[in-house]
Amino acid sequence: MSYIVIVGAKSDIAKATAREYAQNGYDIYLAGRNISELETFAEDIRVRSEKAVELVELDILNYASHQAFYDSLAEKPLGVISAVGYLGEQEKAQLDNQEAQKIIDTNYSGVVSLLNIIANDFEERRAGFIVGISSVAGDRGRKSNYIYGSAKAGLTAYLSGLRNRLYESQVHVLTVKPGFVATKMTEGMDLPEKLTAQPEEVAQDIFKAQQSGKSVLYTKWMWKYVMMIITSIPEFIFKKMSI
Amino acid sequence: MKNLISWGMYPKVENRVFDFDQAEELTDIIQENSELIPYGNGRSYGDSAISSHIINLKPKDYFISFDEELGILHIEAGVLLSEILDSFVPRGWFLKVTPGTKLITVGGAIASDVHGKNHHVEGCFSECVEEFRIMVADGSIVACSKIKEPELFRATCGGMGLTGVILDAKISLKKINSQYIDQTTIKTKNLKETFEAFEEYSHLPYSVAWIDCLAKGKNKGKCLLMAGDFRDDGNLKYKNKSGLSIPFTFPSFALNNWSVRAFNWLYYGKAPKGVSKQRVDIDTFFYPLDAIGHWNRIYGKGGFTQYQFIFPKETSYEGLEAILTAISNSGKGSFLAVLKLYGKANDNYLSFPIEGYSLALDFKIEKGLFELLDQLDKLVIQYKGRIYLTKDVRVSKETFEQGYPQIETFREYREKNSMMKKFQSLQSQRVGI
Repeated sequence: MSYIVIVGAKSDIAKATAREYAQNGYDIYLAGRNISELETFAEDIRVRSEKAVELVELDILNYASHQAFYDSLAEKPLGVISAVGYLGEQEKAQLDNQEAQKIIDTNYSGVVSLLNIIANDFEERRAGFIVGISSVAGDRGRKSNYIYGSAKAGLTAYLSGLRNRLYESQVHVLTVKPGFVATKMTEGMDLPEKLTAQPEEVAQDIFKAQQSGKSVLYTKWMWKYVMMIITSIPEFIFKKMSI
Repeated sequence: MKNLISWGMYPKVENRVFDFDQAEELTDIIQENSELIPYGNGRSYGDSAISSHIINLKPKDYFISFDEELGILHIEAGVLLSEILDSFVPRGWFLKVTPGTKLITVGGAIASDVHGKNHHVEGCFSECVEEFRIMVADGSIVACSKIKEPELFRATCGGMGLTGVILDAKISLKKINSQYIDQTTIKTKNLKETFEAFEEYSHLPYSVAWIDCLAKGKNKGKCLLMAGDFRDDGNLKYKNKSGLSIPFTFPSFALNNWSVRAFNWLYYGKAPKGVSKQRVDIDTFFYPLDAIGHWNRIYGKGGFTQYQFIFPKETSYEGLEAILTAISNSGKGSFLAVLKLYGKANDNYLSFPIEGYSLALDFKIEKGLFELLDQLDKLVIQYKGRIYLTKDVRVSKETFEQGYPQIETFREYREKNSMMKKFQSLQSQRVGI
């Protein structure tokens, strides 16, 4: 058997990614809060792929529980995919530090706490892969979502450093930067069709990039160039813009 | 939220789209609204799934269980046929009935009672439906099969989503032992040879013909007939081909009489004379157009439609000759013209197939087209044929009614069960069902 663990498993990207990996022969641990709600989804993967799927309870904000969570996995995973994400509400977060803290802790501190534990194990075993789903929002802070963006920027930097550290141990780290994705998180937003990916496309991109050892993945691919432009706008112009 | 359109990209109308997670939410949606129509993957060509209020079924895509002994798969209505193939061809199972695209949902397949290249042997999709659950007009869920709720079954299979929202279904799959098909291609010179070839190869379970409908005179009705059956070589290494995609909508002048003529000439020309044999894979044989994503965009922004009708066997030859003459005289190119021999009709109220020959023609929507199709309608009626709702966007109530003797049964059933106001599409309003 060969397990991977997907954390933040309730998100649409996580679910599509779980199907993609199962279809390609992996067994799956799905981890998240109130995970038993995913039982019918777990059965979906089992029927589709005849692979083992197990549900494991995990609260990403309860840092103290992370070691016990990882120790509880019956079989040590070949890889981990973090799809943890909380968009929150920018305006609320500007006024209410609790919301700001929740955004930062979910997207950054919680993921760091968990990946530290897994990275140490992988490093020791000199095997494994780590996929962190960050966001293009982390490439440059914009007034519409900079608290979320700054947490993702932190995650991007963390993954970059981790990749650097684990290179010698042959542990591969992939940073995924999705642009717009048609998911529950973006429901109701008016997204431009050409720049918006379906979760299944993101999942396929992640699988291919991880298998081929890529370091940074923008998905859809054109986001690499969109963000290249956005990050190259001089600050004295950017600060006046509304994008 | 963007307005939903159909595969033909015509018409484009405002609509409100409802998503739901739990069945209770759907009950509320149905109880609080009217003019509702379920929408799957948006692959019906015309306005079958277009209404002011649309229920989005695509996200309901869970596989529920599979009975290995009986080969019965239980899935939610939004599962695509392609997803079933991805999972089950490598395990030696295939759909008993599949249409020429695998990018439709199971719910849509039931509502259109779709058919495929093997209709003359296996019949329509409803033949493989063991049971489904459907939410009807009062918001309750009914389990339905040929035996359990026979009227609801006959009204729903082919009923174009007008009896309620199919939630999930149990369908039986068939065993295969290869991902390859042994295909025989027969190149014919005229309509008579085409008919003879269909009869001669009717022992093979799968057959279909591409007709060059711009051919005139003695070449009228020349075709490439492709017939075949699964091999038995144990090779099941099926991998879904995701190929090219048309990235943008073509300018509408790109497809004209000359480009269609060139395409038909190339397509027909590349096949060897007479009878030849090939080994082809599932995707090539069953779903040639799925390899080109968004191929509907080649018709330009104005959209396109498919005109598909069927004649009973006894009038098929004369009827087709009359239709092909009318089309070739009009000079309007049809890129795709697909001819097929069908087996016996089933007793669902609105299922399209009857024993005879069907022709499907794609047309770009442009000036003069609807006049030509009105003219073809007259011929369809004259030769006792009928029109396929799944492809249609413009047929009149009068023309439609004459082709379907069970239409009153369908109407009465809808009336009696308070479905008339609750479930409607632009199409149902137009043809009065």
